[in-house]
Parts: sequence; C-alpha cells; structure tokens
Amino acid sequence: MTTKKQEKTWVHYYFKSTSGVVGAVLVLLMMIISICAAFGWTTHDPLAQNPMDALQGPSSTYWFGTDQFGRDVFSRAMDGMRRSMTVSIVAVGIAGFIGVSLGVLGGFLGKWLDGFVVRLSDVIFAFPAILLALAIVNSLGNSWIDTSLAIAIVYTPIFIRVARGPVLTIKELDYVKSVRVLGFSSPRILMSHVLPNVLAPILVQIALSMSWAILTESGLSFLGLGTQPPDASLGLMVSEAQPMAAFAWWTLVAPSAFITLVVVGLNLVGDGLRDSLDPARRQS
Amino acid sequence: MRLAKTSGIAARLLSVLITLFGISVFIFIVLRVIPGDTITGSLGIETGVLTPEQIDDLKRYYGIDKPLLLQYFSWITSFLSGDLGFAYSTGVSVLTLTGSSLPVTIELALFGTISGVIMGIAIGMFSAKKPGSARDFFGQLFGLLALAIPGFVLSTAIVTIMANKFGYFPNGYEYMTPWEDLWMNLQQMLFPSIVLGIAVAAPVMRTTRSALLETVDKDFIRTAFGKGLKSRTVQFRHVLRNSLIPIVTMTGIQFGYLLGGAVIVEKIFALPGMGRQILDAINKREYATVQSSVMIFAILFVTINLVTDIIYRRIDPRIK
Repeated sequence: MTTKKQEKTWVHYYFKSTSGVVGAVLVLLMMIISICAAFGWTTHDPLAQNPMDALQGPSSTYWFGTDQFGRDVFSRAMDGMRRSMTVSIVAVGIAGFIGVSLGVLGGFLGKWLDGFVVRLSDVIFAFPAILLALAIVNSLGNSWIDTSLAIAIVYTPIFIRVARGPVLTIKELDYVKSVRVLGFSSPRILMSHVLPNVLAPILVQIALSMSWAILTESGLSFLGLGTQPPDASLGLMVSEAQPMAAFAWWTLVAPSAFITLVVVGLNLVGDGLRDSLDPARRQS
Repeated sequence: MRLAKTSGIAARLLSVLITLFGISVFIFIVLRVIPGDTITGSLGIETGVLTPEQIDDLKRYYGIDKPLLLQYFSWITSFLSGDLGFAYSTGVSVLTLTGSSLPVTIELALFGTISGVIMGIAIGMFSAKKPGSARDFFGQLFGLLALAIPGFVLSTAIVTIMANKFGYFPNGYEYMTPWEDLWMNLQQMLFPSIVLGIAVAAPVMRTTRSALLETVDKDFIRTAFGKGLKSRTVQFRHVLRNSLIPIVTMTGIQFGYLLGGAVIVEKIFALPGMGRQILDAINKREYATVQSSVMIFAILFVTINLVTDIIYRRIDPRIK
C-alpha cells in the first residue's frame, strides 16, 4: 500500500474521462474568476454606477451589458462568483472538518458518542436544507460568515454519514484488529490506518457539497437573506433582474450562467472523482 | 417474518419520536436562544427608548422572562395541544394560517413529484436504451443541467417568457383553491410543479438509468427475450418493474427535498403555501410563527421519510 503509486493511478484515471476534464476546467475557470475579483481585477468596478449607460445591451465595453444603475453586469457576476465561492469553501471546510471528525470518532469509539452523533445528524437531516439554512440565517444575520455557518451546520451530517460508514467496516477488518493487538494507540490507528481509507468518499463529497453550498447560498441571497445590496451576489442579481428581464434579458444571463456552470463543473468533478477513486468503477 | 417486519416498523416509529423531540429542541435553540429576544426583534432600535420597567413588562407579556427550560416546556405543551401561537401583526392564529397554507404546499409537492417521476423515468429509459449513444448523451446532459440550474433561475426565466412573450401567466391572478376554481388552481400549479419536477427528475433519471442498465444484464431478461417476447413488453414488464425499488426510494428522498424547493418557488409564483408563510414571518420578525411553522415543516418531512421507508420495506422482500 504505497500511497504514492496509488495517487498516480487515480489521477491518471481521472483525466482519462472527458466529463472529469470538462468539470475540472469549469471549476478552475470559476476559481480564476473568483481570484481575479478578489484582487479587484474585474473589467469594471462592480459597484460603480454609471447612469448614462443604464440598461445597455452587451457590447465590447460591457460584455454582458449593464443593469438599471449602469453597473457592469459581468463585473458584478465576477464579484458574486467570488462571494459564492468563498462561502462554499468556508462552509464545506467547516462542515467537512467537524463532520469527518465526529463521524470518524463516533464510528471508531462507538458507545454514547456514536449514539449522540447519529441522533444529531438525524435531527439536522429532518429539515430541507434551504429551510434550515433560512432559519439559522434568520437568527444569525446576513453577513457572508453567517451564511457560511448556516450552510456548514446544514451539511455537517452528510460528512458524518460519509465518514462514519466506512470506519465501521474498517475497524472490523483483520489488519486493523491486528495492529491493535500489536499495541498501537487509538490515535495512531486512526491517523495512519482508518483515515486514509475514508478519504476517497470524502473527496467526492467535498465536490458535491460545494455545488449544493453554492446553490443554497445563491438561493438565500435570492430570497434577500444573504448578501445585501448594493453588494453583488449571484442570487441577488437574478432577483434584481427579474422585473427587468423582459426588456433587459442580459441582466439575467451572466449570473444564471455562472451559477449553472460552476455547479455543473463541481458535479462533473464529483462524478469523475467517484469513478477514478473506486477501483471497481474504473473504465479501462 | 411478519412479526419481525412489524417490530421493525415499531422501532422505526420510536426512533422517529426521539428525532422529533430532538428537532423541537434544535428549533427552540436556533430560533429562540440565538437571536437575542423577541422584543428587540419586533421593535427594532425603538427598544432603546423603553424604560427597564417597560422592558420587563413586555418580557412578562411574551413569556420570555422565565428560565429557558420552562419556556421550551410551555412552547412544546401548547404546540402539542394545537396552540401554535399568533402572528403579532394580524392576530391570526398560526393554526389557521397553516390550515390554509399546508394544503397548497402538499398539492404543489405532489404535482412536482408526479411530473418529476414521469420525466425522470421517461428520460432514464430513453438514455438507458443505448448507453454511450447520442441519445444517452442528451439524456445525461438533461440530468446534469436539471441538477445545476437553480429553481429560481428557471422560475424567473419561465415567468419572463410566459408573461411577456405569450401574455399567459395564471399566477398573476389571486390564488384559487381547488374548491373555489379547480381549473384556475391547476393552471396556477402548472409552472411551479414543472420547476420542482425538473429538480426531482434529475436524480430519478440517473437512478432509473443505472438501475435499468444493471437489470438488463440479468439472466431473466435474456430468458424473457428467449421466450420470444416483444422488446416493448420486456422493457416495461421485466426490466422497469425489477428496477423500481431504487427508483421508489429516490422518489421518496426527493419528495422531502422538494418541500425545501417549495420555499423559493412559492415566493416566485405567488402561491400562499408553507414556504411563503415562513418567509413572510421571517421578514416581519414573527418569531412564534416562524418557530411553529418550521416545526410543522419538519414533522411533514419526517413523516414523508417514514412513509417512504415503510413502502420500501413492503416492496423489497430482502428487507426484514
């Protein structure tokens, strides 16, 4: 079980699938857009109002047109993408860390901790994601940190389940039992034998959860419970575009396309990872 | 065998009750403990003008001067006895509000699920017929886009196109219950059901496709062909029927998620359902309404999952 050799093979399998490559390219593109927006490298200032140029169609100056205040739609979509991406990374980071820790510990140690962890995830699972996020954001507030926390709470149980399942199987395997007989400590067994084996499903889950987090974040801001105007966010842009979409369709195009492309990309990456990390699903 | 099945359901029921208790505690903590207090919530910055005595009076009035445990207890006992609280602004009881909004959401969820399952199974079968072909590619592309295009984008597009290009938008009129005007009601349900249905169709399509591909390789299918049955008969009577279990399970899971999607779709299509009730209550800071409505939503969600589980146990002989 030399990890280096194994790594080489799954990466190799991943890039053999067309959909995996397309997904990786889309996600990378959206990451680059987010990073550019973070450094302020947008084509225009996303907040700058320019009443003379209000509601202009796409042109060489304004690639995706302007909104009712003459703000550049493309720059705003870039900035919105940055927000969505940040929330998604922070939320999934927190959910992944807490969920995997609880799941692995619960599954490995069992007893009351496991019972508690399973109950907790049952409780959180009993709400539709957007509704729970809505209720939590309602209590916390509208900043991006509040949104990230709300989404993190909603998606933590998914990571608990994904990590706990394999741990239950692995800890009963002969080689784990034998290292325990050899007198290895629990933390050492966890880190060097259990964790590497649950990594594959967790990676897949990270990609999928990031796509759901982006959908939830944009859904919340669409409902007015996330980013507040005049700041740009993809969901808010769609909701602002709704009344003018009939005569200024371009205000709707960039934010809708950005959300769809990044979610498609993350889903393809998730599928690609699943197929390449699981030896049984690999296509020659 | 029968006994084992029944006790399995009993154990499931018990665990559902424990989960519901956990949910009520969770909702109470999230909605009552975290957000400070109702007074600041309902009065905003004007709270600063109140004297300490007035604040105490208000606290006593809302019952939030008592210890948290007691507050939880009094909420849950009145909830269980059917007293869900009142909306401060209108004085209408939450029970009355829910009585009119719950049927809307259930009708919407039912139509959404039905249209989603029909679309999902049809496209899944269409895709699975020739894996790797062009039709499979388009089928899978549909699955991917249906998963990725947010409901609010799709709804906004439909509203824009239908209302402005075709001048047809039944949701622009006042909402009609099926008892008042069935034809109008069905028209108002049409677009929101399609939007929710597309979200359901994506995973159903994926499940159908992979279940069908798995079943096609089985020996009994070869036997069915060997008997000289028509391709269509084999497709529906043998392949589809034996792939139903994962499809039904996926449908049940999606039915629950669809309730979440209803929050957004109800807002866009102006349907007075549970989702809009919660959203309105959040915007008006009606905490009692939010709390009880979210609890009802969660009960609905848990019930649906329980029913799915029971159906699943019935149709799959392997589960004891």
